[in-house]
Amino acid sequence: MSDTSESTDDAGEAPDGGDDAATAVDAEEVRHVADLARVRLDDDEVAAFADQFGDILDYFEALDEVPETEREEELVNVMRPDEVEGGLSQEEALSNAEETEDGFFVGPKVS
Amino acid sequence: MAVDHNAFITEETIEGDADAEGPLAGTTVAVKDNISTEGIRTTCGSEMLADYVPPYSATVVDRLTEAGATVVGKTNMDEFGMGTTTETSAFGPTRNPVDPERVPGGSSGGSAAAVAAGEADVALGSDTGGSVRCPAAFCGVVGIKPTYGLVSRYGLVAYANSLEQIGPIAGTVEEAAAALDAIAGPDPNDGTTRDLSEVEGADPDASYAAAADGDVDGLTIGVPTELFDGADERVVETVEDAIAELEARGAETTEISLPSVEHAVQAYYVIAMAEASSNLARFDGVRYGNRAESDGNWNESFAETREEGFGAEVKRRVLLGTYALSAGYHDKYYKKAQDARAWVRRDFEDAFADVDVIASPTMPVLPFELGESLDDPLRMYLADANTTPVNLANLPAISVPAGEADGLPVGLQLVGPKFDEETVIRAASAVEDAS
Repeated sequence: MSDTSESTDDAGEAPDGGDDAATAVDAEEVRHVADLARVRLDDDEVAAFADQFGDILDYFEALDEVPETEREEELVNVMRPDEVEGGLSQEEALSNAEETEDGFFVGPKVS
Repeated sequence: MAVDHNAFITEETIEGDADAEGPLAGTTVAVKDNISTEGIRTTCGSEMLADYVPPYSATVVDRLTEAGATVVGKTNMDEFGMGTTTETSAFGPTRNPVDPERVPGGSSGGSAAAVAAGEADVALGSDTGGSVRCPAAFCGVVGIKPTYGLVSRYGLVAYANSLEQIGPIAGTVEEAAAALDAIAGPDPNDGTTRDLSEVEGADPDASYAAAADGDVDGLTIGVPTELFDGADERVVETVEDAIAELEARGAETTEISLPSVEHAVQAYYVIAMAEASSNLARFDGVRYGNRAESDGNWNESFAETREEGFGAEVKRRVLLGTYALSAGYHDKYYKKAQDARAWVRRDFEDAFADVDVIASPTMPVLPFELGESLDDPLRMYLADANTTPVNLANLPAISVPAGEADGLPVGLQLVGPKFDEETVIRAASAVEDAS
C-alpha cells in the first residue's frame, strides 16, 4: 500500500530457503511493513501483530506444497468507444473531501 | 422491534418504483453498507467512512428499486468485509436473531440478521470468501454467491476485486432467486460483467425464480470428502440428512475428491490480503474519508489517518498483503497462491465433468459465541475452508438451511458450474421443500 514511491521496496530479509523452522516475525519487521504501507501502529499493536503474523505466515507455508499449475486465464480485454458521458459534477466530486480550495482537493504538505 | 440485533448501521429509506410489477414490487430490501447509496452514508463498517455520503448509487441498488423494492436501511458488516463474524465493525457487533449470544456470521452479518429477524424481505450482501453464505448459514436463511461476472460491482466499495460478487439473502430460495433475477446482467460501468448471450453454455433467458421448482429427479450430486473432514460432527450429520432427502427425491450422489481445496484458505487469504493492501491505499483522508489532525508531511498524515480510521483486522490484512507482495516474498506467497487458485479451478472443472452440483456444509462449525474467535484471527480464517474455494474458482453457490443442530442453524452449500445458477437454485429449493 505505497502511495508515493519505492513500491518495490523489500519487506526485510528475503527468505533464506531450506529452513523449515517456524516463521518468526519480529517487531522490527512489522514496523517496516507498516512503514511501507503508511499505516502507523502503537507499540501494543506491533507486539500483537508480530505474534499473529508468525502463526499466519506459518500456516501460509503450506503453499510450498502446491504444484506449479498452468493458468489458463479466460481473460479478454473489454473495450468500448471513448464517448463523452455524464459524470459527477465538480461539487459532487469534492463533497466528501475534508478540505477543498478553489475547486481542488487540499492534501497534507509534501515535506 | 422487540430486540435490537444491531443489524443496521443506518436506517433510511429509498422508495421503490410504485408502478413496478413483478415479484419484488412492494418488498423491502436491506443493503450491506459497502454498497453505495446516493445521499445515504455508506460506512463499510469503518470509522474511516463514518461520514462518507456517496454521490451515486450502485447499479444493484438502482435495479432493485426499479423492480419495486424499497431500501429500508444499510446493514452492519465486518469492517470493509474483513471478518467471519460481523464483530470487526466499528459500529459494534450484530447479534444472531436465532441466539443473541452468538454471532450472525460475516461479513454480511447485518444483512442476514435483518432477514432472519423479519426486518427486511430480502437483503444484499457481498461475498469475497463466503461473506454471503456464512451469515446465511449461521442465521438460518438462504444466500446466493453468483458466478463472477453475473452481477455488477459498480458502486461496491472494493476489498478484493478478483474474488467478490454481490449476492442476495432471503428467507426462501425463490425470494433470493427473484432478487438475483433483478440484479443480474451486464453493466457498462463494470467491465467484468458478462453478457450471457456471449457466454458458451449459459442461458441468457434464465429465470432464476422459476428454477426454484424442487425438481432434482436425475440430478447428480458430488460429495467431496475434503469438505466434510474436520467439520463439526453435528454439522456433518445434519448436512448428510439433507443430502439423503435429495436422494429420496430422485437425485444420485457420488463421492468425489477435490485435493486442491486443502490449500484454498491459504491461497484465498494471500490473494485477498494482497488485493486489499492495494485497494485500501485509496483511503488517505484527502478525497473522502476521515483525516487525522496531523502536523506531519503527507506520508505521516496518511499513516496517522489510517491508524485512526482502520480497525485491527483491516490493518492486519493490509500489512500482511503488503508483506506478501514485497520483494523477496512475492514468489513465495502471491505466485504460489495464484498456482493454487488455478489448481482449485481445474479441480472443480474436472468434477463437473461427472456431477451437476457439489454439496457440502457451508460452514464447518456452528455459529460462534460472541467474542469467541476475535483474538485468534487464524482460527477465524480456518472457518472459511468450505466457502473460499468457490470464490477462487469464480463459481456460483448457494447456502440453504439444512436443519438444526443443538437448536442452531446448519447450512448446506451447493456449488455449480460457471453461470449455471439455475441448477444450484433448483437443488436448493428441493432441500427447502424437504425440511
